[in-house]
Amino acid sequence: MAMDDILILGSGLAGYTLAREIRAIDTEIPLHMITADAGDFYSKPMLSNGLQQGKDAEGLISASAALMAERNRLTIDTGCRVTGISDVQRKVITEKGDHEYGSLVLALGAHPIIPAMGGDAADQRSTINSLYDYAWFRQRLPAPPAHIAIIGPGLIGCEFANDLLIAGYQVTLIGPDPYPISTLLPEATGKALEQAMQKAGAQWRLQQTAAIMEQADKGYRLTLTDASTLSCDLVLSAVGLRPEIALAAAAGLKVARGVVTDRLLQSSGTAIYALGDCAEVAGHNLPYVMPIMHAARALAKTLTGQPAEVVYPAMPVVIKTPLHPVVVAPPGSGVAGDWHIEQHDKGTRCLFQAPEGGLLGFVISGGFMDEKQALTRCLPPVLAASVYT
Amino acid sequence: MKKYQCIVCGFVYDEANGLPDEGIVAGTPWVDIPDDWECPECGISKSDFEMVEMVA
Repeated sequence: MAMDDILILGSGLAGYTLAREIRAIDTEIPLHMITADAGDFYSKPMLSNGLQQGKDAEGLISASAALMAERNRLTIDTGCRVTGISDVQRKVITEKGDHEYGSLVLALGAHPIIPAMGGDAADQRSTINSLYDYAWFRQRLPAPPAHIAIIGPGLIGCEFANDLLIAGYQVTLIGPDPYPISTLLPEATGKALEQAMQKAGAQWRLQQTAAIMEQADKGYRLTLTDASTLSCDLVLSAVGLRPEIALAAAAGLKVARGVVTDRLLQSSGTAIYALGDCAEVAGHNLPYVMPIMHAARALAKTLTGQPAEVVYPAMPVVIKTPLHPVVVAPPGSGVAGDWHIEQHDKGTRCLFQAPEGGLLGFVISGGFMDEKQALTRCLPPVLAASVYT
Repeated sequence: MKKYQCIVCGFVYDEANGLPDEGIVAGTPWVDIPDDWECPECGISKSDFEMVEMVA
């Protein structure tokens, strides 16, 4: 294999976006992809509002692996798991043999965290972080008004809860948090979301966790840490994601929360890069769509001979909870400033301002969504252009 | 008036409403939006042709 060959591990949004961006620059450079999945391209964010959209797993696929391979002129090994990487020999080891590369891109994504839990049915929890998971969830999902328990009242848990509520399900959300999405939202916004979802029928069991999950005559029985119980037909666990770093760590690459990269998306390995949910780019692990777009564009340039550092503008995250929509642009970690919180009947408007008054972050919800663009324009970039470039 | 949905993130562009915050006035047909426009929610560009007409 020639030294300029690019090998991408992973067929998610990160892997395919990179392939497309490379092809926009260079139509000749050999591209190969290896994926443990089927390689079909689908909309990841739509997993958590598929019911509202009337889409099953098949309906979320916009292009098959074969079509993606043809469009991006790449070769792809589907259903193939990579078991090791040799940085020195520039090859990956797979179940189906070794594969050499010129440059390697880890676009491996993340996997759901599954906390320890007691009971004979703890392994029956559903998690949803891929099209497969979604297909399995939809297959197991009884008709409404079945009762679905969601463990984890964070961003993904609330999005799924909203989707299920609108589709006519009974939903109970369980978690240790004092209010929904407490890691990202000020209390006023979290409470507004909690109330809006409660009006639509959501039950909240906050400040406790599910300790035991048992098979019941019909469905499951959960026992919470306050010893109360609840019966439900299905349990969805959405307590968070962990970047996929095992392969990188085993190969001796530097890892922290994610695979550690510099602003060229290069890991500590010689010709190994990382992109998307598995990557920690200059200290930022941002498991959202927009950072992938920016990182993929920069990496495509780097891999085709024009090294380009990634620049992240302000990238507010839209939380898909139509019962009370939220946009969040968190301030950088550790920056000095204060929240200025406004609560109105129509929603909340929370601005994080520097001591001298500049806007550093915001959270808006409900009827304030139309301020998103104007507020975003006032924010500093997440990763500014380097002064040297 | 038609609606277009971003196949990456699900964002819907409704021609009837436009995107006044971005200077795209209500009633602007999809074809008249510049090629360098990017989806406000996920950043994918129009020229990548990732918006599809919605049936509903």
